[in-house]
Amino acid sequence: MQNLEALRAEAADKIAAAEDAQALDQVRVEYLGKKGCITELLKGLGALSAEERPAAGAEINKVKQALSEQINERKALLEQAAIDARLAAETIDVTLPGRGQDLGGLHPVSRTIERISEFFANIGFDIVEGPEIEDDYHNFEALNIPAHHPARAMHDTFYVEEGTVLRTHTSPVQVRVMESQTPPLKLICPGRVYRCDSDLTHTPMFHQVEGLLVTEYCSFADLKGMLESFLRAFFEKELAVRFRPSYFPFTEPSAEVDIQCVMCGGEGCRVCSQTGWIEILGCGMVHPKVFEYSKIDTEKYTGFAFGLGVERLAMLRYGVNDLRLFFENDLRFLAQFR
Amino acid sequence: MKFSEKWLREWVNPEIDSDTLAAQLTMAGLEVDALEPVAGAFSGVVVAEILSAEPHPDAQKLQVCKVNDGVETLQIVCGAANARPGIKIPCARVGAVLPGDFKIKKAKLRGVESFGMLCAEQELGMAESSDGLMELAADAPVGTDIREYLQLDDNLFELGLTPNRADCLSVRGIAREVAVLNKIPFVEPEFAPVAAAIEDVLPVQIDAGEDCPRYVGRVVRGIDIAKPSPLWLQEKLRRSGLRSIDAVVDITNLVLLELGQPMHAFDLEKLSGGIVVRKATEGEKLTLLDEQEIELRADSLVIADQTKPLALAGIMGGLDSSVGDQTRDLFLEAAFFAPDKLAGRARSYGLHTDSSHRFERGVDYALAERAIERATQLIIEICGGQAGPTIKQNGAEIPEPQAITLRAARIKRMLGMSLPNDEVVNIISGLGLDIKAEGEGWKVFSASWRFDIAIEEDLLEELARIYGYNRLPVTPMSANLEIIPKPEKLRPQSQIRRQLVARGYQEAVTYSFIDPALHEIVSEGGGIELMNPISADMAIMRDSLFPGLLKTAEYNSKRQQQRVRLFEIGLRFNGKAAGEQIPTLAGLITGRRSPESWNESGELVDFFDLKGDLEALLALSPSSVSYVAGSRKALHPGQSAQIVVSDKAVGWIGALHPSVQAKLDMPNSVYLFEIDLAVLTENRVPKFEPLSKFPEVRRDIAVIVPKAVAAQALLDCVKKAAGEQLHNLRLFDIYQGKGIDPERKSIALGLTFRDSSRTLNEEEVSQSVAAVVDALQQDLGATLRN
Repeated sequence: MQNLEALRAEAADKIAAAEDAQALDQVRVEYLGKKGCITELLKGLGALSAEERPAAGAEINKVKQALSEQINERKALLEQAAIDARLAAETIDVTLPGRGQDLGGLHPVSRTIERISEFFANIGFDIVEGPEIEDDYHNFEALNIPAHHPARAMHDTFYVEEGTVLRTHTSPVQVRVMESQTPPLKLICPGRVYRCDSDLTHTPMFHQVEGLLVTEYCSFADLKGMLESFLRAFFEKELAVRFRPSYFPFTEPSAEVDIQCVMCGGEGCRVCSQTGWIEILGCGMVHPKVFEYSKIDTEKYTGFAFGLGVERLAMLRYGVNDLRLFFENDLRFLAQFR
Repeated sequence: MKFSEKWLREWVNPEIDSDTLAAQLTMAGLEVDALEPVAGAFSGVVVAEILSAEPHPDAQKLQVCKVNDGVETLQIVCGAANARPGIKIPCARVGAVLPGDFKIKKAKLRGVESFGMLCAEQELGMAESSDGLMELAADAPVGTDIREYLQLDDNLFELGLTPNRADCLSVRGIAREVAVLNKIPFVEPEFAPVAAAIEDVLPVQIDAGEDCPRYVGRVVRGIDIAKPSPLWLQEKLRRSGLRSIDAVVDITNLVLLELGQPMHAFDLEKLSGGIVVRKATEGEKLTLLDEQEIELRADSLVIADQTKPLALAGIMGGLDSSVGDQTRDLFLEAAFFAPDKLAGRARSYGLHTDSSHRFERGVDYALAERAIERATQLIIEICGGQAGPTIKQNGAEIPEPQAITLRAARIKRMLGMSLPNDEVVNIISGLGLDIKAEGEGWKVFSASWRFDIAIEEDLLEELARIYGYNRLPVTPMSANLEIIPKPEKLRPQSQIRRQLVARGYQEAVTYSFIDPALHEIVSEGGGIELMNPISADMAIMRDSLFPGLLKTAEYNSKRQQQRVRLFEIGLRFNGKAAGEQIPTLAGLITGRRSPESWNESGELVDFFDLKGDLEALLALSPSSVSYVAGSRKALHPGQSAQIVVSDKAVGWIGALHPSVQAKLDMPNSVYLFEIDLAVLTENRVPKFEPLSKFPEVRRDIAVIVPKAVAAQALLDCVKKAAGEQLHNLRLFDIYQGKGIDPERKSIALGLTFRDSSRTLNEEEVSQSVAAVVDALQQDLGATLRN
């Protein structure tokens, strides 16, 4: 039995010394395999007497079990070590940047038009577009601006040929809609407009959003309500809004709308020319002449219209200080509006 | 319209300060563009007379003056060239404080003592710049404080008037507004009519009555043109931005500013026979007051005598008949020219005058006589002379005030509130309009000076304006809750934009008018020229979005951008005049495929990067899309294709032609696409198909075809031959090179077959593949690669 103890000790050493799964398996085969030493000992039990056999058998089995356990333990340990090694080997710098594309971005003008459109689309306004090369009739005459009207001097018009112009405002779209649809009408028309003027604060092309509402019930008070809530939603601020009488041939009464300066909060600064107010849009009740041109019954329907300058809104919203940046398309500028 | 506050307050004087007055005007629709004092803040400056002026012993440009300031004789060193004995000037005494808190002290200038300073207008904050000392009238009382003498405690108002408010182009008109805004009566200053002292008249004949419904004239003889305009007159004009010329011209200008009636004074001696108001003869020549000779057109209205045109009616007088320093006898004109007839005429001659500005917008048609009376009175008062009887001639019916019905119900409906009846009456009558109650409302007669009041809505605006826009109610709008239809098959533009943004594209917005040089490079023959471009390089309406994107790419490449991915949505213009205006999407990529990074090798984009992006955009289209090799201007002929959707060419994709790339100095290849937006806004609405329970069978084949065979042709051929069970087809490899005839290429295809009702057997699949191989061989000369 001394032999058994020696074998056990020898096997235990080998198990402990096994460096990988393969070496460990060799040890298992050597001692516990079909021809392993311990297995051989068990086979040799037959040579012992019946009295000696149970005790000897129990001894050997005890050793066998102990070795088996030691092997399993060692195996688990080695497996864990292997996983640890793999994990260590596979460790990456997770702070490195990922692979693939940058995100692009919308032009600030589009972004602004999308925001404006959404406010109005949410309350059921249609979004309508129209031609940019427009005829004199839709751009002027049907809006109650006959030839030689002094109001035409307010529009520096680009001509394509006699009677054909680049639209000077988005208002002709309302005329086109009123010609082809019957009230009630709720729509906005965003788009490019053109005026022959270029300096620090004017570009020959810019964007407007025109709004039109024609129903059986709307009044100037409703116009005030809608524009006030729009402006507060757009700037996400409870800012003061005021309406000033003004003149547009296609609305009567007409108003210019000022907001409390968003740069200085109404204290007076360079942006608002120290007045605390910023002129932001023009609006009014649709002029009966405009309705007449479009054959809409002025007794049955009333309507209001407004026109927003998109670049101006974008400049105030995002703090852009130079109008011309919008059309230089410098990526360093555009990327700021992602 | 520029005027002095003091002048306005001579007409109407509410108990409010200047700032309140300005705010009131602005909020009534007469926007105050500027409100500033007529002079800077200063004190201690008096009228003084220069008694002598001697050269400074030690300075060439200085003079040593002796000056009488009404108390004593002061020695003052002065650098102004116009300092000379006998003139009266403003003198800042020692102790005076000039604008900018500049204190005048006793000083020594190059060794000569100086006790004060002689002032120029600029130094008193009365002008932007001035040339020498301010010379005062000879009768200026020496020793009087200059602020008092010139009445400098006054403000300048400048109004930016809208074109409908011609009635406010005069102090009278503004005074009327201020009166009604402050609920005080508007009383016009009285002046006595001048009775005729002589019998001289001039016949007036109106040949163009529609253009000139009324003409009023008067002869004044024996005036002294050398008499200067009095200080009050000069100052009023100066504060309205007009220079003093001579008394007669100054008086007509004063009447223009005060009453709003443009007038003209002719030198009676230079007229031959009577006045004829007529259309010009084509080509007639007239030298205007500004000394430019114009050639008249037959549509223009002139004031003529029996032999020649004298003035361009309502716009500018002629030089030859104008008042000069020899003038003794005058013929005064105050007329009413019809606004719609005169509109645009001044502009057609490149002119714009105070007179044309008013006539185009409408001058009070009942004002001419009053204006003639006012001018005559002032001329006789200042220049002497004797007036003849007023000559009045009508060319056509004078407009009548129109009756307008104003309904109380309409006020409520349009303004969102009712106004008390007396408020309505007070506002309307305060504006000078006649109003009388009638039924459930009123009957209102417009006034001769309000060309902007013709219909009920005009009155509503007046009510709202005077009542105060900001006092009107604000109501949140309500409407019926209705579900708004939104077709699922339409893809909103915003979604297309976002998809491109997610793929790394930056949106650009470029001008619709482009450089003709760039247009020439890109255009396929469209483009519309502007008649009046703002500059030579913005002269053509684009027929492609390529030029704008190319310019943007060039601009950014020059600013070290290594990777440019751009898109734009906008119209392109084809044909002539309004032509076709096609909503278009265009994209451009150039430079690195990916942003510079540790895991990128810096590969540059190629055609298939762009095509992949376009295919992703088109993936939702319900129509079949194909790409047909083709060439267009500006694109590489071997790397460009027409985009065909449902057999219709809808756009282009390709590489920029290398020679164009070189011209634009772009460092890397540039790839572009342009496509009709309409193709992209159509969406497929999903339609469910039951999932097959039966397995798919995939077969891969490799075929060798001539190099020129397009992949699309190959795929089309396979689809046609494979039968309905072909469920998926992939082109997964292309090989050219070793082992393959240099004129041919090998293409590997993966065919997946499936049937929704049963498992396909080996034989069926083999038959289909054989059919495919056969078809490829027959149609495209393909052989199976072993």
